[in-house]
Amino acid sequence: MMELKDKILSSYVAFENGVNMNSDVHEIRSKALENFEKLGFPTKKLEAWKYTSLNTILKNDYSIFPDREKAIELADVKKYFIHDIDTYKVIFIDGKYSSFLSATTHENFDVCLMSSALNKPKYKPIIENYFNKVAKQDNLTSLNTAFASEGAYIYIPKNIEVQKPIQIINFTTGSEPATMIQPRNLVVVEENSHVQIIERHQSLTSNAVLTNVVTEVFAARNATVDYYKIQNDNEKASLVDNTYIDQKTNSEVSVHTFSFGGNITRNNLNFYQNGEHINSILKGVTIIEGKQHVDHHTLVHHIEPNCESHQDYKGIYDERSTGVFNGKVIVEKEAQKTNAYQQNNNVLVSDKATINAKPQLEIFADDVKCSHGCTIGQLDDDALFYMQQRGIPQKEGKGLLMYAFANTVLESVKIPEVKSRITKLIANKLGVNIGFEL
Amino acid sequence: MLKIKNLHAEIEEKSILKGLNIEVNAGEVHAIMGPNGAGKSTLANIIAGKEEYEVTDGTIELNGEDISELAPEERAHNGVFLSFQYPVEIPGVSVTNFIKTAINETRKAKGLEDMPAKDMLKKIREKSELLEIDRKFLSRSLNEGFSGGEKKRNEIFQMAMLEPKLAILDETDSGLDIDALRIVANGVNKLKSKDNAVIVITHYQRLLDYIVPDYVHVLHDGKIVKTGDASLALELEKKGYDWIKQELV
Repeated sequence: MMELKDKILSSYVAFENGVNMNSDVHEIRSKALENFEKLGFPTKKLEAWKYTSLNTILKNDYSIFPDREKAIELADVKKYFIHDIDTYKVIFIDGKYSSFLSATTHENFDVCLMSSALNKPKYKPIIENYFNKVAKQDNLTSLNTAFASEGAYIYIPKNIEVQKPIQIINFTTGSEPATMIQPRNLVVVEENSHVQIIERHQSLTSNAVLTNVVTEVFAARNATVDYYKIQNDNEKASLVDNTYIDQKTNSEVSVHTFSFGGNITRNNLNFYQNGEHINSILKGVTIIEGKQHVDHHTLVHHIEPNCESHQDYKGIYDERSTGVFNGKVIVEKEAQKTNAYQQNNNVLVSDKATINAKPQLEIFADDVKCSHGCTIGQLDDDALFYMQQRGIPQKEGKGLLMYAFANTVLESVKIPEVKSRITKLIANKLGVNIGFEL
Repeated sequence: MLKIKNLHAEIEEKSILKGLNIEVNAGEVHAIMGPNGAGKSTLANIIAGKEEYEVTDGTIELNGEDISELAPEERAHNGVFLSFQYPVEIPGVSVTNFIKTAINETRKAKGLEDMPAKDMLKKIREKSELLEIDRKFLSRSLNEGFSGGEKKRNEIFQMAMLEPKLAILDETDSGLDIDALRIVANGVNKLKSKDNAVIVITHYQRLLDYIVPDYVHVLHDGKIVKTGDASLALELEKKGYDWIKQELV
């Protein structure tokens, strides 16, 4: 069997047949391919990948362009949608757009496909200004950029409050024994506008899947972006999520990442504050078991003065699961009056579970408030006794305590339907029938 | 109702209770007083079933059944309630959701269906009015950021909701100002009946002005060393504990 890297490189000619090669975008792609060729897949020798090995999943013989779109019935996948509210939907099946499941728009703003945006002249100015402008040139981002051709394209002009949330879902059907997809999303939100996005990756069979997704988000002055990532995939599906966020003055961007399942999940979440009075919010709840692995790598780069960042990640690890939290905060010399807050709390339910937690603060300014706290512990015995004393059995008490532990992160979820869905997922995940209305 | 015979208990090999006897009947209020470190809170925690304490000898019977091997929740289902000296904060669970869960788990243990939501709300309304608890307070996270007095009032609110057979109030008066003390005591008095019993653990006489005990016990060095009526508490207030210690010698 050919090594995956070689297979990818040798498939590139076939990929090029399907795209417009005489474009600036293709110029970017070709450079990215060269970059990937040079760097290859990350290994544990790299500091940033010390605790996450992709070796086992890179051995699969991935189909790089699953070319058949298998039809799926809405009834079969409805449960993966937030379906109790009206939303825009950009849905892909095996990397191909599904017009049947989607609900896009061009009225006042664009919620549509990356493939259109990359090819149609009317989108050219936006693509020129934003495509691949904040994404890093690291190995997996380069790999995605090289194959960037499909994904969600969201463009919100000035002064628009988008009323309905936008759902981006990538389904994989497992029509091949192993599937690799490279979705590429671009979100541009102009001044004073607001948008809410829900992203999910879902494999529908137990065949292996590797998703390497790149999302670029640009929030202009006074823009607000609320981004929710729901990661609850099956145990053969792995995800590398590379998200890059560029913020301008007075903007607020929040990203909530809920990691409840999957094989290996790696979240590279990067915030760049290019303006003043910016607020960046990064929150996450991880609840895993079995041999699942979730790695949160966050970066907040405070470049200018008077900005804030708030990170709050909670993790509950059972059985032999492993977690990583690596939270890096850089405060540049010019970024005075920065207020950077980072909190990472973990509960190890089993003594076989592992968490590697590494806060990294690099502060070059002298008038800043930076705090970080990291805890790793078991459940509080006194709290458990208190609950038992009130008649709540130990098992339910443990569940309720874990639920309560994770639940504080949900307070900042602004879409009630998302909040209640996540609450239910958490309750199910913890195997407790909590005796009250969720 | 409660019959404790020759109870010996230790924690980390340190002996705390050294042959304690007490009998509490339905309809009675007992006060247990005593100096710091006498073992008052230990007794309360042992009756409730806290695992850190090891019972090395003696029996604890509740309505004729030995409960010393039961899990804390099983004792709670049998009607034991402990109002904690230091109630635990549980962020993320509201007072209302917590008490609903507690009630329904207790019902489940007895083979009953969940309490209908309508009845639950009615009961919450009644009991929160009894203890003069602001409604907004009920949707806050359990004990999180509560003042000492709010925590104690919340304990008695839970007691009112759960309607235990045996309520043990461990230093419920500490942290209460005089108005809160009166409200809490009034709540306890309203819950008293010929079918239940209350044990009040306290340092001071003042709570006993409101919750008048039938018996007052003095706990010293792991044993009940003196028992009397309500007047004993007044005497202790006046004279302290030293005279009892001397009497023992």
